[in-house]
Amino acid sequence: LLAELISVITNDGRNIVGMLKGYDQATNLIIDESHERVYSTTTGVEQHVLGLYIIRGDNIAVVGELDDEMESTLDLTAIKAHPLKPIQHGA
Amino acid sequence: MLFFSYFKELVGKEVTVELKNDLAITGVLHSVDQYLNIKLENIKVVDEIKYPHMMSVKNCFIRGSVVRYVQLPVDGVDVEILHDATRREARGN
Repeated sequence: LLAELISVITNDGRNIVGMLKGYDQATNLIIDESHERVYSTTTGVEQHVLGLYIIRGDNIAVVGELDDEMESTLDLTAIKAHPLKPIQHGA
Repeated sequence: MLFFSYFKELVGKEVTVELKNDLAITGVLHSVDQYLNIKLENIKVVDEIKYPHMMSVKNCFIRGSVVRYVQLPVDGVDVEILHDATRREARGN
């Protein structure tokens, strides 16, 4: 998955998209050109540009491989959804 | 190590992983590791309309620590073998 565009879902329910530059056994990730996609039920998807990020493995829930073809067909301004729930351990 | 071995037997089967944040993802089990991290292929989010966040994702890696349930195919479990293995583990081999 190195140098691939990925979508990360973090434990606090955030969705970060970017290029995977590195990782380790603890699933710590280094992501370049990252941006956060904020979903809301009222407006379309917002994107906050972040740049080069390290995300600690403890905080990661899911790492998805983004498909370029499917991405290009997505219209982010038309997507409305509830923000993801945070991870609750022991529930 | 028991469940690690058990999941290795299920590679290639379709499973549904329910996460601790209520997201549920169905996919073909591609691989599993000692932490019970799961890699799924050709995924389909269970309640797609409520969770469009993974719309353009085909394959994903799910951290073992966030899994609440793994829903298995009905014929994916050989109860006898699982019982024996569990008894052995409980007894401390």
